[in-house]
Amino acid sequence: MLELRAVSKTFNSGTASQLRALQAVSLKVEARSFVVIIGTNGSGKSTLLNAVAGSFYVDSGEIFLADENITKWPEHQRAKLIGRVFQNPFSGTAASMSIAENLALAAYRGRPRRLGWPLRQHLLSELRDRVSQLNMGLEDRLKNPIGSLSGGQRQALTLLMATWLRPQVLLLDEHTAALDPKSADQVIALTNTIIRRDKLTTLMVTHSMQQAAHLGDRLIMMHRGGIIQDFQGAEKTRIRVDDLLARFEEVRRAELLDESAAELMRRTYV
Amino acid sequence: MSLLISALTLGFIFSLIALGVLISFRIFAFPDITADGSSTLGAALAAMLLIKNVNPVLATAGGFAGGFVAGTLTGTLATKFKINGLLAGILVMTSLYSLNLHIMGRSNLSLTGSSTLSTYAGRVGNALLPRGSFTVMGWEITALEAALLLVSFLIVVLVGCVVYVFFQTNLGTAMRATGDNKEMIRALGVNDENMIILGLALSNGLIALAGAFIAQYQGFADVQMGIGMVVWGLASVIIGEALVGTRQLGFGITGAVMGSVLFRLLVAIALRLGLNPNDLKLVTAVFVFFALITPGLLKRAKVRPRSSHA
Repeated sequence: MLELRAVSKTFNSGTASQLRALQAVSLKVEARSFVVIIGTNGSGKSTLLNAVAGSFYVDSGEIFLADENITKWPEHQRAKLIGRVFQNPFSGTAASMSIAENLALAAYRGRPRRLGWPLRQHLLSELRDRVSQLNMGLEDRLKNPIGSLSGGQRQALTLLMATWLRPQVLLLDEHTAALDPKSADQVIALTNTIIRRDKLTTLMVTHSMQQAAHLGDRLIMMHRGGIIQDFQGAEKTRIRVDDLLARFEEVRRAELLDESAAELMRRTYV
Repeated sequence: MSLLISALTLGFIFSLIALGVLISFRIFAFPDITADGSSTLGAALAAMLLIKNVNPVLATAGGFAGGFVAGTLTGTLATKFKINGLLAGILVMTSLYSLNLHIMGRSNLSLTGSSTLSTYAGRVGNALLPRGSFTVMGWEITALEAALLLVSFLIVVLVGCVVYVFFQTNLGTAMRATGDNKEMIRALGVNDENMIILGLALSNGLIALAGAFIAQYQGFADVQMGIGMVVWGLASVIIGEALVGTRQLGFGITGAVMGSVLFRLLVAIALRLGLNPNDLKLVTAVFVFFALITPGLLKRAKVRPRSSHA
């Protein structure tokens, strides 16, 4: 189970470009639930994931994962409990190293690295087995550098790496946004299969309203560093793409109203 | 002939510096210039210990250990204290200059009369060749020269293999991945800062080891001897990459050794043809400069459509 208690984060604090990316966000994610997060640009959805992953320390609030208070844990320590796939297909793999070496690195996630041999026979056969389940023909290219693969293939492998050891929570940060539509569909199908098969607790940020409507069993909408909507259970199941678009339009209009009100105030009083 | 033999021997010894530079510059993409100080540190420590009649193998190991500590220091400054990598190297290198003077007690320490790895090699050579010399194609080669060449070759092969195997282990793969993609390796639970520190420690350990060997080969340690080592090593690595490519670490290691030997041979030939030894470092630097910009120029020349000049 993952829980955030009143988590706040401000970037560039005290400067002109100050950005209150997270404003006292509280969120409780039950074990095995698949949460999809959508939101306007700069709403704090990626920041939320990075706060959980430990890319930075939060300014206030606490984060609990698997009964541990991980608020003060450094990123590499949290990685023991967390699997991650990034938006950029280049971020999740080491391009100069082979497919097998990359996967072997993931098979040791969170364990101390010593002088043992990573590519032992039993691991190699498991690698071939699991990679062939991707149906991408990569099992015969395990010795090839990952940099020679397409973005979709790299994302699929990153997903495999993130879930090789069962993570307490899987963080997917718009992991199909940089892919062509066909690869994106492929990776999304794979994502859904793995999450359902392994019953993984998942936070998935997406830009795609289709993905948001069709995937997951809970949908969170973020705006200006806070959660403005939380659809669960039957409510989530009923959601259609049009409902989401309408809700976004509502938010946008409220925003415009805010801005025109501010403008009016400025004109009247300044 | 003895010029050729000594160029080969030095080429092998200097290839340890190339290996160190390969680790810092290529595997970690960290421009570590501690090497100029740590190579002297290795020489100074080994020379000081040898003069105190310490076993040459232990004295050489002492040199390695010194470089290891120096690299740890640079790595710590760069990661834990977030100092720019180049600056961290400069700070450690500069402080090593004073430290080396303290270790040696003066600016130049002669090893004449001390028992060193070179005297060991000479003894082995004399045992194998009681006549003291042999001839190849009409050239006379002394047993000492041959023994030094053989020993330095064996050491380089051994060190090269150890480095190669190390970078295939769990720890070594994690280190290579750190150099490739820090974000990824952190997400897989590895403390990337510690990997960088350990990598620079190994790199500088090898470079100091080379310094210890150089001191014993030439029979003295000098506080100035480290100047230009980074550029030297980089030149060897670049030549190696041109020779065998960069597909795998094995190629990189073999290339670095080959590059170092080839570079030494070229230098020997250039000196023989009348190159002023004072210009050596300038020529090396210019060579590295061109080696660095040529790939970019070639790429631009390819991209650009055929220009008007025929």
